[in-house]
Amino acid sequence: MGLPPFDTVVTRHGALVLRVLRASVGHADADDAWQETFLSALRAYPGLRPDSDVRAWLVTIAHRKAVDVARARGRRAVPVADPPETPVPATDVDDHVADVIDALATGGLWGEVAGLPEKQRLAVAYRYGADLAYDEIGRLLGCSPDAARRSAFEGVRRLRITVSGAGSPPRTRKENGT
Amino acid sequence: MSIDLTDEGSALTSLRGRLAERAESAGLLDVAWDDVDSPFGALAVCVTEAGVVRVVLPAEDRDAALAAVAARLSPRLLRAPHRVEAARAQLGQYFEGRRRSFDVGVDWRLSAGFRRRALAAVAGLAYGTTASYRDVAAAAGNPRATRAAGSACATNPTPIVVPCHRVVRADGALGGYLGGPAMKARLLELERSS
Repeated sequence: MGLPPFDTVVTRHGALVLRVLRASVGHADADDAWQETFLSALRAYPGLRPDSDVRAWLVTIAHRKAVDVARARGRRAVPVADPPETPVPATDVDDHVADVIDALATGGLWGEVAGLPEKQRLAVAYRYGADLAYDEIGRLLGCSPDAARRSAFEGVRRLRITVSGAGSPPRTRKENGT
Repeated sequence: MSIDLTDEGSALTSLRGRLAERAESAGLLDVAWDDVDSPFGALAVCVTEAGVVRVVLPAEDRDAALAAVAARLSPRLLRAPHRVEAARAQLGQYFEGRRRSFDVGVDWRLSAGFRRRALAAVAGLAYGTTASYRDVAAAAGNPRATRAAGSACATNPTPIVVPCHRVVRADGALGGYLGGPAMKARLLELERSS
């Protein structure tokens, strides 16, 4: 048997791709990016080997579209200095990280996520928005699973500072104009 | 900005509709399909640029049938309700007894050789009439190939549109039907009473 109908591919993976894109580029741009992802995939589909990992293939295309969208809209965060080192005890860090992860899982904080540097933003989005494993996130971001985990953790740490008010939020976006 | 999972289902439905339209504009929609209501349950109707290529009856395994179409014709197969509108309208009229023939076109690519010739003969059978498998075999060029004519009908990719239900046994018995003998009897009854 050859490739399954593309319709089946959309049924199986459409929701995951939407979650990946909503997490990485936000609701407003996710629909367009979803269309671009599946149109690109449909174009290439007849050449796909039948034993390919279709899910990983689609997530990779979605990731490229997400990066394209973010760059096109100029919302890529300009790298800035590292956030102030956290002075709070480790146990508090863990508590706050748990709070941040809860907030992300229930749909909060994504405005703040959009302000993170690109690698942290995508690592947080893919881990906590799309529930991808660090192996896959590392593959997408072109780094090791450990480096992906560190990026996600660093992103969550910055968000924690915003959430807890334990310090001034790190400046991660340089405003243009005025 | 927030992640709202509750609207994901409805968002996906409209995203898929839009994808089918864009795929068509881009020339990437090789086979379009959609469910079409019938008194027997949902039919899955597949169309190409040439016309109706496959009608999956309620008694069939729909997923397997669509997978077979993808394997035979093209994996660029998407649900695209707007492409199936003409077939949907005509089938609706047929089931209401208001249509006696279809002019949606037939894509014959899923049939070949003797079977294709036999089904071409079946396509010529008039509404409300029946013919025997032997008649169909003769029209296809081999009067002795009654069994092959039966197998052509049993594997008709586009039942109803190509009316293989109008082919019965020479002794007057109904013979088999992919959609089950009850469906065959009801279709013939519909045509007699309309």
